Amino acid sequence: MQSRIQVQTTDFDLNQEYQRLRENPACGAVVTFTGLVRELAQGNLTGMTLEHYPGMTETALADICRQAEARWELGAVTVIHRVGSLGLNDQIVFVGVAAAHRQAAFMAAEFIMDYLKTRAPFWKQEQTTTGSYWVDAKAKDQAAAARWQTPGEGG
Amino acid sequence: MLTVKLFAALRERLDCASLTVDATGISRVSELKQALAARSPKWQHELSQNDVLCAVNQQLAAADMPLQAGDEVAFFPPVTGG
Repeated sequence: MQSRIQVQTTDFDLNQEYQRLRENPACGAVVTFTGLVRELAQGNLTGMTLEHYPGMTETALADICRQAEARWELGAVTVIHRVGSLGLNDQIVFVGVAAAHRQAAFMAAEFIMDYLKTRAPFWKQEQTTTGSYWVDAKAKDQAAAARWQTPGEGG
Repeated sequence: MLTVKLFAALRERLDCASLTVDATGISRVSELKQALAARSPKWQHELSQNDVLCAVNQQLAAADMPLQAGDEVAFFPPVTGG
């Protein structure tokens, strides 16, 4: 399987990533997910900063892709995560999976996002009109990742 | 020596991104935590939080993970990417 992992400050182009994923003629399905900087309930977000752990980030993402590959038959996987300063509605993360059939592509994309959110060393800090705040981890993200664990498998 | 790295809110609250610690007498992550906690009540408080995660040589690790001189050990809050 071909996997492409990018951690970058610059934006990414959805179509370019999609075209790359559809190159493999054995793949009949491409599923892509894009995460964006969302406005807060209070409506006062002015920006976001994404910190990461250089070195470990890439290793953690590669490990998550390997785990996906071990669970489903995949043709290609792309994971792109931006770091640094982002603005409202900016693209943060891209996950794209190409597979022979749609079920594997859908499930692998969801698995990769669930594991990325709980295992890859990224931290979001929101800038608002009242100050800067580190985002708290959410229990529902832990629960989403836990769905994929088989009995006896560690966190 | 052990290299210790801190990230995100933990780095800010302790005003420290990186430091080195003498590895003598430290054989596990839990012992390194104790040595760091002895630096000040603030370190003690921050590192005793249940949700603090640890990575040894850039792999997530549990408190009983063995350490040896030259290891890079990171402590950080729960991750919030994606």
